[in-house]
Amino acid sequence: MQSRLERTNDFVVLFANVNGSGSASANRIFARSLIRMGIPAGSRNIFPSNIQGLPTWYEVRVSAEGHLGRRGGVDLMVAMNPQTWDKDVKSIEPGGYLFYDSSKPLPPSKFRDDINVIGVPLTEICNKQYSDPRQRQLFKNIMYVGALAGLLGIESAVVEKLIGELYKGKDKLIAPNLEAFHIGRDYAEKNLKGALGLKAERTDAVRDRILIEGNDAAALGAVYGGATVAAWYPITPSTSLAEAFQRHCRRYRLDDKGKNRFAIIQAEDELAAIGTVIGAAWNGARAFTATAGPGISLMQEFIGLAYFAEIPAVLFDVQRGGPSTGMPTRTQQSDILACAYASHGDTRHVLLFPEDPRECFEFGALAFDLADRLQTPIFVMLDLDIGMNEWLVKPLAWNDAKKLDRGKVMTAAELEAGKEFGRYLDVDGDGIPYRTYPGTHPTKGAYFTRGTSRDRYARYSEEGPVYVDNMERLLKKFDTAKKLVPAPVRKNAREATKFGAIYFGSTSVAMDEAIGALERTGVHLDTLRLRAYPFTDEVLDFIRDHEKVFLVEQNRDAQLRTLLLDTGRVDPAKIVPILHYDGTPITANFIVSDIGRRMQELGRAAIRVVAS
Amino acid sequence: MTYIAKPKLQHPKLAHNSLGFTHRDYEGKVSTLCAGCGHDSISAALIHSFFELNIEPHRVAKLSGIGCSSKTPDYFLGQSHGFNSVHGRMPSVMTGANLANRDLIYLGVSGDGDSASIGLGQFAHLLRRGVNMLYIVENNGVYGLTKGQFSATADKGSKSKKGAGNMDEPIDLVSLAIVMGATFVARSFSGDKKQLVELIKAAIEHKGAALIDCISPCVAFNNHPGSTKSFDYVREHNEAVNAVEFIEGKPEIKADYAPGTGTLVRQHDGTYLKLRKLAAEYEPTDKSAALAYLMASHAKGEVVTGLLYVELESEDLCERIDMTATPLNRLNEAELCPGSAALETINAELR
Repeated sequence: MQSRLERTNDFVVLFANVNGSGSASANRIFARSLIRMGIPAGSRNIFPSNIQGLPTWYEVRVSAEGHLGRRGGVDLMVAMNPQTWDKDVKSIEPGGYLFYDSSKPLPPSKFRDDINVIGVPLTEICNKQYSDPRQRQLFKNIMYVGALAGLLGIESAVVEKLIGELYKGKDKLIAPNLEAFHIGRDYAEKNLKGALGLKAERTDAVRDRILIEGNDAAALGAVYGGATVAAWYPITPSTSLAEAFQRHCRRYRLDDKGKNRFAIIQAEDELAAIGTVIGAAWNGARAFTATAGPGISLMQEFIGLAYFAEIPAVLFDVQRGGPSTGMPTRTQQSDILACAYASHGDTRHVLLFPEDPRECFEFGALAFDLADRLQTPIFVMLDLDIGMNEWLVKPLAWNDAKKLDRGKVMTAAELEAGKEFGRYLDVDGDGIPYRTYPGTHPTKGAYFTRGTSRDRYARYSEEGPVYVDNMERLLKKFDTAKKLVPAPVRKNAREATKFGAIYFGSTSVAMDEAIGALERTGVHLDTLRLRAYPFTDEVLDFIRDHEKVFLVEQNRDAQLRTLLLDTGRVDPAKIVPILHYDGTPITANFIVSDIGRRMQELGRAAIRVVAS
Repeated sequence: MTYIAKPKLQHPKLAHNSLGFTHRDYEGKVSTLCAGCGHDSISAALIHSFFELNIEPHRVAKLSGIGCSSKTPDYFLGQSHGFNSVHGRMPSVMTGANLANRDLIYLGVSGDGDSASIGLGQFAHLLRRGVNMLYIVENNGVYGLTKGQFSATADKGSKSKKGAGNMDEPIDLVSLAIVMGATFVARSFSGDKKQLVELIKAAIEHKGAALIDCISPCVAFNNHPGSTKSFDYVREHNEAVNAVEFIEGKPEIKADYAPGTGTLVRQHDGTYLKLRKLAAEYEPTDKSAALAYLMASHAKGEVVTGLLYVELESEDLCERIDMTATPLNRLNEAELCPGSAALETINAELR
């Protein structure tokens, strides 16, 4: 008899489904039921550029310890897609479990000796139960959730409540779904007692955490940050951000007559989207766009204009693979250089790197303050993993005492009082000039906005020294940005070490788990989580403090490393890139094994790579 | 000329409008365009129109793209904010500006390269959205700043200064604007200030997307025999279908005008246009008839001018999207931020 994984509240379940088969809501009920039982669970949708027919996977990481990144490997495969059967069966950990629809007999060659097979004749039961082909398909999903609930010990009451919530308003769907759930559950209890070594047990590790997608949270941040104008063009994986903004605005942004305190334009393309944002921001409204890499490519010229004309703009870039269709439904951190140096001429831009939806909310609001304060485009760098998956995070928080920072805007009263106005005049020594909104004062404060061909008073000039003067001030302003952006988060290892690791964005969850696993093998790493570009001195200090620093990124070319080297204060030999870019979210196992391998190469004691 | 500062002195007998402003208050910097450029005549007509409409200069926002025409907003309304944006993309900047503050008056200045070539997409979408503005295209059929290449409005068969023939079909901006849903569409000629001023005034007061395609000959690169955008050609082929006069407030004469002298039409916002027909069969509120007329006239080589289409019951973008009356850029914290209590509700819903 082969080995069996025996685990409670710590395992990985992967659902392999056919896109468009109605599995998504059943899988979500499965993940949510664990969370409602107080067990932390992270779920990720790996989906194709397709509406119906192509394979899709849904991975649920269950971890009482709260490791909600991807671990790597699969303990329980719910194989519902014949197209991907072979690959799916192959991915199961030795001693793991294969759950499948056993209605049709399969030859032994389709299985493995070192895994445990659990068959439920789902199609057969459904065909007996339902006559309508669509029902046969749909109820199969909730039926396998029922069987899994029976096998894992998920409480029926929890699932029943979730089904009630999901179909609220479509009440006639509740009873048949409950019935299908119980058919599955009863089958498992009657026929499969003890077949699964994985167990879900009620605990209180979730506490007050919430489940939210990064795009949703970022959109909410935009509402709280006072954004009134959104212009966007549909592009995966950012579309749901703009749609969420609309939803939140309809709820929170109506005046007493029910009129909109917001304007949302679905533009004809990304060029028009960013142009609309720039026009609105020039005119004193807080404005943003949500896009992905190809959108950033299209917006380049306008981004340069905003940089040189010093117009606030917020861009949410939900990064993905690309171009074209296919990989765009997969995650990456591959727009860093495209955003940091976006546009023609000498430009550089402020980037924010939220680690999860909670920071998407926080940075989503902060970005508008930064844009106004610095009068420049601000990029909030999400990725598909954060943006389109539901993450279990601490509740969102807002301080009512906090005021919107509209930056240096000269008022009619100040102009009237004779305060000197030069649109590009650095009066405070921080590189940030004052601006006026159009229509402020009848005779003072008007100016003609251009790119670079103007002097400190916005008068037309093609003089070299005048141009240089302006460009130097823009650098000074970028330096000022360092004091305003979120500082990096440093965590020192329990033991003093010469090795460090830098990471950012959605890598954080896998990184937390990986650092713990490495520590158990005797590898100690100090860590620094970057939260913004430009880099503060703390980043350079961290590198200086260590002999070697692993820089973990989800792209091929170590783009963030390039940005670090561009500071001119980092020795390239010190920075060891750890790169994961196949389109799936990075796993803790990958980080452990890649850093372990590099440590071996560096002549350190060999470490045992933790398989799971 | 550009290095000469404009003298601040003004004639003591200069006329004042009802706000107490003179023409000089509506001027801008000295033009850097070529002497005799049609665009400067358009700037003069704009100055004249804003003066006559008694509009405070600082309540106007001027936006432009890139090109000779797009430089001109620096040469009028010096107390207005201006934005010389990106080639062909001013319409989107205009859209955003409009949304941020619906209380200002918006003027878009563009050229035929800017609007018909590189910016055709944004031009079309701006009009279909109904952005409340006057969008004026200073149309000379040629690229000036890059010295004489054809633009997309150059007529098929017309000749460049160096003698090359244009082989491509021209884009007719007025027909396109009518099809795209602009609610005020006119064509004029920089050499006919009287007609142009009245059209500008009516267009500024029109609620919704107003386009004036103004033929504006380029004296440096497109004013030669063989060009269909030269002063001589346009003068010879100008076919005005009507004469329009914008009337502020309620006009005194309520009775119909004598046949052939004009009719009053009331717009949705209560303003009136006095229309005098020059082409008997032309009806500017009939979209399909207007398009048919324009196509037939173009085939005959005529340059049709006047108010070509007007929708009297027009509405603008801000109305269409049901926007609050307060300009968005004036909303305060309490109006924008739902606060911590609302966030607690949201958190509870996400558990």
